[in-house]
Amino acid sequence: MSLNLEEVTRIARLARIELSSTEADATREQLNGIFGFIEQLQSVDTKGIAPMSHAVDVVQRLREDKVSEADRRAAFQAVAPDVEAGLYLVPKVVE
Amino acid sequence: MAMTDKWEVVIGLETHAQLQTQSKIFSGAATAFGAAPNAQACAVDIALPGVLPVLNRKAVVCAIKFGLAVGAQITPRSIFARKNYFYPDLPKGYQISQFEIPVVQGGGLSIRVGDAEKFVNLTRAHLEEDAGKSLHEDFQGKTGIDLNRAGTPLLEIVTEPDMRSAEEAVAYAKALHALVQWIGICDGNMQEGSFRCDANVSVRRAGEPLGTRREIKNLNSFRFMQQAIEYEIQWQINEIEEGRKIQQATVLFDPDKGETRAMRSKEDAQDYRYFPDPDLLPLEIKPEWISDVKASMPELPAAMQARFQAEFGLSAYDASILTASRGMADYYVVAVSAAGAANAKAVANWIMGDLAARLNKADMPIDASPISATQLAGLIQRITDNTISNNIAKKVFEALWNGEGVNADDIIDKQGLKQITDTGAIEQIIDEVLAANQKSVEEFRAGKDKAFNALVGQAMKATKGKANPQQVNDLLRKKLTAG
Repeated sequence: MSLNLEEVTRIARLARIELSSTEADATREQLNGIFGFIEQLQSVDTKGIAPMSHAVDVVQRLREDKVSEADRRAAFQAVAPDVEAGLYLVPKVVE
Repeated sequence: MAMTDKWEVVIGLETHAQLQTQSKIFSGAATAFGAAPNAQACAVDIALPGVLPVLNRKAVVCAIKFGLAVGAQITPRSIFARKNYFYPDLPKGYQISQFEIPVVQGGGLSIRVGDAEKFVNLTRAHLEEDAGKSLHEDFQGKTGIDLNRAGTPLLEIVTEPDMRSAEEAVAYAKALHALVQWIGICDGNMQEGSFRCDANVSVRRAGEPLGTRREIKNLNSFRFMQQAIEYEIQWQINEIEEGRKIQQATVLFDPDKGETRAMRSKEDAQDYRYFPDPDLLPLEIKPEWISDVKASMPELPAAMQARFQAEFGLSAYDASILTASRGMADYYVVAVSAAGAANAKAVANWIMGDLAARLNKADMPIDASPISATQLAGLIQRITDNTISNNIAKKVFEALWNGEGVNADDIIDKQGLKQITDTGAIEQIIDEVLAANQKSVEEFRAGKDKAFNALVGQAMKATKGKANPQQVNDLLRKKLTAG
């Protein structure tokens, strides 16, 4: 499997990464290189083996339902570019 | 309906139920509603570098309860996935959700539309985190972001496309709304957004394959859901009949205009590039955990409905009304245990009749009823033992509602409402009525039955409604035919 330039541009747009056309070419080559590795992995016969969703075969540890985090808004907002009335401000988003 | 006769409507619902936990699904920040903006958004919720999500046990318990309540499979090992999209109120750039292997699979819910009962199949229910809130009011031309809601635990409950009308969709949503509150996993507060529905609606000509669907987002009242779906159905039929094709889209309902309008085309937005979240390991739920949760659950509405029919001889309809909410069912159970099983039907009638009407008028839930279940039971007992007639009972009911006495006996006593059953006393009143209404007596003897009713009315009036109407009837007829 290999990607064409159009697919690379689309993936970049979904990831909000701006690519010039030369960068797009280079990225396509790199991604196709990765696909080469994946093809190699996929050629291994895994019949009868349950797929893993994680590299480590252990299960999720759970926490009790307790509030443990204090309000640290002032500290967090001290490093935010723009805040008002406790809100983080971002460039206007209109649906 | 002529217009829609040849059309079949297909509806599936996705519901986000906010789970009743103290802390968030993957962090220890509080979930309380109404806090100051961003006061409940911790480092994990705002996605500072280096943080890791840790799953809240209570959220999983809620999912297990739900799965058990709808007869679904609880997945022994389910997986969390990242759903990738960009929006300022989603700090990580992805929402942690479940994709290929959700925690709850299958199951379903019985609904009732009019007299018809229908089973709505569920596809799945999965755990996920909520996003924050964007405030688009003008902050110097910018959008304000409140991340308090980010990371709030949700159970997204997805149906099969089993519903065929707006009524069925609303009936399902109401049944689900009652169930999640019944099992105590969601407070059901729709104004605060604790229970929100998205409806996938499509239409097709009878016998044809499924049409293209449009998704109506964020329906936060049953009335809007009904209106939005009805509008959407008619809109889609008109489009197709006028030769246009339906484009898959996400739409919003505008309650002021009563119409739906497209929000964004789904082409890009739908490519969420899900993949297993490497920050979270598989969620394992062992059978012992499921049995523990099962043991802690209340009797479910369907089981209670069957029990009410079997134990108290109620009709399926009555039993379904009385188990429509936990509050209703609790009220009924307490009232019947106080009034005795022999009065079970009378208790049902009073709750669904006078009490429901009065609560409705006052816009009150049954949990807030000024007349307690025990007080209502006391009132019903006085009707059954002939202390008061049904008519007087309505007076006592009003008095109880207005807090004029501690119980029915107190009010009957204070207001002198006890039914007159002493034959001698009633006979005396009847004699007086007969003497004063000679004209009616003659008319009755001349064969006019109406005159008899007039005389009963006079006698009841003379006793201020306190005589037993049947007794008055019998005695009056005896006197008139004997004389």
